[in-house]
Amino acid sequence: MPDYSYPPMENRRVIGKRITRLDGVEKAAGKAKYNSDVRPKGTIHAVGVFSPHAHARVKSVDTSAAEKAPGFAAVSVVAKPGAEVNWAGQEIAFIAADTEERARDAASLVKVEYEVLPHLVREENLAKAGVRGKPAGEQVTGDPDAAFSASGTVSHEAEYGIPVITHCCLEPHGQIVAWDGAANQIKYWPSTQTVSAVGGDLAKQLELPATNIHVHQDHIGGGFGSKFQSDVWGAEAARLSKKAGGKPVKLYLDRREELTIAGVRPSVFGKVKLAANASGELTAWDSTTWMTGGFAGGGLNADLLPYVFRNVANRRINHTAVSTNCGTSRAWRAPNHPQVCYITCAAMEDLAAKMKMDPVEFFLKNVDKTARADTYRGQILKASEMIGWKKNWKPRGSSPGTVKRGLGLAVGTWGGAGHASQCRATINPDGSAVVEIGSQDLGTGTRTIIVQVAAETYGLPMNAITLKLGDNMYPASGASGGSTTVGGVSASTRKATVNALDKLFAAAAPSLGVPADQLEAVDSKIQVKGNPAKSMTWKAACGKLGVSAIVETGANDPRNPMGLTTGGVGGCQMADVSVDIETGVVKLNKIVAVQDIGLVINPKTADSQVYGGIIMGICAALYEERVMDEMTGRFVNADMEFYKLAGAGDIGEIEVQFEITPDNDKRGVIGLGEPATVPTIAAIANAVANAIGVRPPVLPLSAKNVLNALHNTTRRFA
Amino acid sequence: MHSFEYASPATLKEAFGLLGNSWSDAAVLAGGTDLITLMKEHLAEPKRVVNIKGIKELGGITKSGGGLRIGATATVDDLLSSALVRAGYPSLLAAARGIASPQLRHMGTVAGDLCQRPRCWYYRNGFGLLALKDGKSLVDGGQNEFHAIFPKGVAKFVSASSFGPALIALGAKVKIASSTGEREVAVAEFFKAPASETDREIDLHPNEIITAILVPAAKGAKNATYEVRNREGLDWPLATASVSLTMKGASVGSASIVLGHVGPTPVVAAAAAGTLTGKTITEATAEAAGKAAVAGATPLSDNGYKVHLAAVAVKRALLAAAGKA
Repeated sequence: MPDYSYPPMENRRVIGKRITRLDGVEKAAGKAKYNSDVRPKGTIHAVGVFSPHAHARVKSVDTSAAEKAPGFAAVSVVAKPGAEVNWAGQEIAFIAADTEERARDAASLVKVEYEVLPHLVREENLAKAGVRGKPAGEQVTGDPDAAFSASGTVSHEAEYGIPVITHCCLEPHGQIVAWDGAANQIKYWPSTQTVSAVGGDLAKQLELPATNIHVHQDHIGGGFGSKFQSDVWGAEAARLSKKAGGKPVKLYLDRREELTIAGVRPSVFGKVKLAANASGELTAWDSTTWMTGGFAGGGLNADLLPYVFRNVANRRINHTAVSTNCGTSRAWRAPNHPQVCYITCAAMEDLAAKMKMDPVEFFLKNVDKTARADTYRGQILKASEMIGWKKNWKPRGSSPGTVKRGLGLAVGTWGGAGHASQCRATINPDGSAVVEIGSQDLGTGTRTIIVQVAAETYGLPMNAITLKLGDNMYPASGASGGSTTVGGVSASTRKATVNALDKLFAAAAPSLGVPADQLEAVDSKIQVKGNPAKSMTWKAACGKLGVSAIVETGANDPRNPMGLTTGGVGGCQMADVSVDIETGVVKLNKIVAVQDIGLVINPKTADSQVYGGIIMGICAALYEERVMDEMTGRFVNADMEFYKLAGAGDIGEIEVQFEITPDNDKRGVIGLGEPATVPTIAAIANAVANAIGVRPPVLPLSAKNVLNALHNTTRRFA
Repeated sequence: MHSFEYASPATLKEAFGLLGNSWSDAAVLAGGTDLITLMKEHLAEPKRVVNIKGIKELGGITKSGGGLRIGATATVDDLLSSALVRAGYPSLLAAARGIASPQLRHMGTVAGDLCQRPRCWYYRNGFGLLALKDGKSLVDGGQNEFHAIFPKGVAKFVSASSFGPALIALGAKVKIASSTGEREVAVAEFFKAPASETDREIDLHPNEIITAILVPAAKGAKNATYEVRNREGLDWPLATASVSLTMKGASVGSASIVLGHVGPTPVVAAAAAGTLTGKTITEATAEAAGKAAVAGATPLSDNGYKVHLAAVAVKRALLAAAGKA
């Protein structure tokens, strides 16, 4: 069995270096082709007809006028008469025409008759949900009631909420797809987080063999968990292509459709009661939470409460999922975690304030209730130092002046072990080296880190490696979700390249006069270990292969990652904010993140992952909210004007700290995308409460919500 | 977007011939930052689009009678870089800077800003300008956090104009031309609260073109604009106040206070302005004027916070104008 372990930290030449991402210039210069830019010859354009009603039964769909429209190519009706639609935006039909404008004109001629039915689109008032709420059974550990009433106990009870937010991908969901009916072959250019599996998903919808579908994607403009499926629009675009004689069909959602139907993150609202003894140790937790994930969307895992501080002895959990007539939820960067982190860390900060304790001290006092006490203790102390907690923190509400400064903290956790991944490494007799992997680069630097691993193994410069990914003709690799990609692709690449290099050693060994296991690859040479004098160039060694290339594979098996990847991290973030108490406007000064991490392949792209995660957290904490209107049943801010995201001026300073140490390095590679975004919302919310002296219970921390909290009113401002 | 005819006249006379008597006949294109969106959403469906950017006499920001003439095609960027504006009109500069998008500042025109249709999400989602369903307002019982705290009749949206409040406070006029002649309207009268779906929010007819905005001389008057926005990045103000003060020594000779984004038109707070006459601007007098400016507000179910914001905006604009911010 070859030794797949990485060289010791001090001997690495490429891994661990701050390498600029390989596709950065291409993207910044606008040269990168996203699939929404792909235009095969003869492409026609399709658009959808969507239900304007949040709940209705389709009585009839008449496409006859649309079919006579100029440029019309094909139509596909999804919702047949009698079908029930359960949210505004649900798909009724798709129409293709020679141009997008003509497709829109034709779509406007489709006549749909509906029987409008009653709907529910807002969930923040659980009492109004009635039978639409499905309570899960109560879970009790210990004796919460006794713990709350024990003498010397201080308890705090309050309500908290985070609204539904959307993924808001810059590149909307969609695809170009061409179905050659005669050959029964499909060429498919989707916007996807899973190049290797999305073809199979489409094949299932179309009842075709998966091998008949060729998937290709070089770049994706955001997914965040919402782009794993081929979706209704994928299958319908394919059917339209077949009906139109195999012409490629471009069908991408527009901005309003993208926000409305392509996935959201579930909300969470809740009443929390928690208690600590006089010295600040948590003794009891009792939460009643509810949320919506849309009509049939996924729930929220309330069993994660209290978050991170899992070992509170007495605990009662009640949770209700509310079905609403809204677009369905999809995985959203760190599913469940940001919501339960906010509920937990906000309630803890509030209890600390009530006890007149410094929240850092309060969190430290309770780290033994977490699964990684030493990690969190170290992180909280480190983050405190970075943000100047001792110097800058003041007891809640005691910041002077109109613009009040506050600090807040939160902690998070995530898995992030590598997914199943396969890689093929080829070394050609001319010395060229190719790595093929059916993965995708979500913009995280996947390309860059794969090439770093291969270059490290081969002792070659990075530009000597040709990487091929983004195609389902390459060896299958997992979906990019759950922060599993970096661990998966680095392990499979390492194994494939080590296997290939062993073959090259075997070919070169006779010329160098030593057994193959005495060789090493350094500085573009194959040499006797530690003896540069006994060497041959990489190219000369490859020349020994004759006419046969080396083709080797490597696979990461998540059940046996052989030390190359693991999961399970903690993280701590602290926020420094200024809040203008006359306007309620929150300004972020700084966020620091101390992130637990394993072996770091590229500290630069790792930093960027944390920046991205924090920026998403800032958007959600300060601005994002899906506004549903009960009267019309519509998502009224499904645009980028009132669905607000942070601009560059809103972000403040971000400082990232990893613990890159030999001990952590031994854990192997761990994914970073998810954990970096988990604590941000709660840290900011806690900083705002610290600054202004009261808790705005429901996010976002808009001027409205902050002023309402300051003036103690939830609806009408006094 | 429906197909339309596109015309790019070189003279005003030519342009008049291309306009019609109904809004569906023709639309005037200057910056296009609102018109194009309206057309994409089928909220405007003109048969013809008349680009006026090629009409030379409509451009530029020039001196006029001691004041300013802002040509109809002068962009927000033109305004920001104008030495004339920079010399005497900080209230216009602040309003321009509030449009936190280089693209919009580059394309959008000052005159076009006055003509923007409301951003009300019921209107933009196709529920009509007044958002009435079976005669009932969707706004009243609906999502109204960004709507009017000074509604007028059935009009509960807010005017989207960034420059309207400042121009009104400065006493500016809009110069309008058609094939039959020219007229001038005070900016304060240019904005109108519509009473029906077919009414417009401005005093402009389909056959007319704004040719310029005329701003009186600042003559040592002090002016300022304060906008409250959630984001530093591009964001609509939640409330705006523009003020203009003429001073008699250290005290106020006369004041003008205009609120933006709080009603279907900019709201002139004459009584509040009157209270300042003869006073010096201090934290206390400014705050009192702010409170007086919102005394008549009638907020909806979810926008009471805007009453507070408007008062704060007035206070801060006054302090800024007096150099005490």
